[in-house]
Amino acid sequence: MNASISVHSAILWRIASFAFAAGLVMLWQMIADARLVSPVFLPGPDRAWAALVRGLTEGDLIRKTLGTLEHMAFGWLFASFVGIALGALIGSAPRVRPYIVPTLEFFRPLPVSALIPVFIAFFGLSQTMALSVIGFGAMWPMLLATVHGFAAVEPRLYEVARSLHLSRAAVIFKIGLPSASPDILAGMRLSVTVALILSVVCELLAGLDGLGHWILISARAFRSADLFAGVILLGMIGYLTAVVVAYAERRLLVWRASGH
Amino acid sequence: MLSADTWKGLALPVTLIVLGEIFGRMANLTDIDSLAPPSSIVLAFIEAVRDGSVLTTTRDTLITAFTGLAIGGTVGLMIGILLGVLPVADRLMEVTIESIRPIPSIAILPIVLIALGFGYRLEIAIISFACMWPLLILTRAAVRGVEPRLMEVSRALKLSPAARVMKIVIPAALPRIFVAFRLAAGIALIVSVTVEIAINPLGLGHALMVAQQALRPDLMLAYLVWLGVVGWSLNALLLLAQNRLFGRAAIVEDVR
Repeated sequence: MNASISVHSAILWRIASFAFAAGLVMLWQMIADARLVSPVFLPGPDRAWAALVRGLTEGDLIRKTLGTLEHMAFGWLFASFVGIALGALIGSAPRVRPYIVPTLEFFRPLPVSALIPVFIAFFGLSQTMALSVIGFGAMWPMLLATVHGFAAVEPRLYEVARSLHLSRAAVIFKIGLPSASPDILAGMRLSVTVALILSVVCELLAGLDGLGHWILISARAFRSADLFAGVILLGMIGYLTAVVVAYAERRLLVWRASGH
Repeated sequence: MLSADTWKGLALPVTLIVLGEIFGRMANLTDIDSLAPPSSIVLAFIEAVRDGSVLTTTRDTLITAFTGLAIGGTVGLMIGILLGVLPVADRLMEVTIESIRPIPSIAILPIVLIALGFGYRLEIAIISFACMWPLLILTRAAVRGVEPRLMEVSRALKLSPAARVMKIVIPAALPRIFVAFRLAAGIALIVSVTVEIAINPLGLGHALMVAQQALRPDLMLAYLVWLGVVGWSLNALLLLAQNRLFGRAAIVEDVR
């Protein structure tokens, strides 16, 4: 009984919350209609929506969205494989760790975007540059998380592995990766965000097919409705990727919640 | 004396620098526009320090980062406290916050650009947007996590809402708010450099881009290493402050 009441009130609150957001959109519409802010900077939600629908149905907004998703996905997948593999190698070698980890930690606060000029010097303003930047930048949180996860494995498990004479590969796959999986998945969640940001920056800089380029040219041409449509799509990509990764994280870590 | 671990930590970078120098000398890097031996990176850095460009660019980056952090952080802190204290407001704002927060901060760059043009204000506005979220989310969580008995005490004392926030909520939530502040400071530096590299003609990010376009890999790498030092020092300083000020009270799980 109580549970059903709380479910009811949760739904009601959700509706109220949507209504509040709708009220803000209406306020935005009123501000735009009253021309309190010049329409050059601030299109009304009606115009932004129209631009979004028009771009998706007849324009090339779909292609741009797919371009951004593609950059993100390639960079992120590359980052996941390399980051986890390298992290597992470093993390499972306790004697090597003290030599490598301080250097890795030194680079942790370095803004990844600072590497963009270095990659431009190597590859020029190209697709290769963008993918390398995204891959390298997104690899970093994953690498550090994996190393950390491996280092935090219960030491007695390693002792068990030694007394069972397990090979290095078996230690990594049977002990290291499962115990480090919460850290690795948290790293993957963080690196999705990094991949999205770096994709936008690289598209913006190198003029690659993607939403980053779209919003910049819309701004240059003062087409604010198209610009807002692009920003809305980027927000949706950010939201959906975060939801998907968080869902995968919950599904894969079910065993943890069950008390083992 | 340095401990054994410190020496081990230094071994890799020192080896890399020595190898870089040997390789750079042997392979006549002047023909390549993307690399430079460590010695010429050091020389380029000394030159850039002498002519004052390191100082001005670092100052510009740090000023925009901290101003943005101050503005965005204050806004995030206030909204966070409000939402933490008033569950009704929190539930009403939920959809709004959930739909704005995932927008990558760099995506609002073109919007701010046409509204404000190039310069400090462009960068400060974007940094504020980015820094607002960690403070908002973590402050809200910190305020909700305030020991319920403290709130009972404040009710028993018949404190006004303002006094309750100032005397009970903020002091109790302060350690965790500082953690949020430290995370936001890191974000501020990242966003400012990203905006400078993408478009804004000032600061360390722009200096990096200019050095690259001038085909000066030595200067570019000098700025990159310097930026690493700046980021690392900022982080180390804030961690030190956190440990000194709050000790174990600030140890909470990193959110996000």
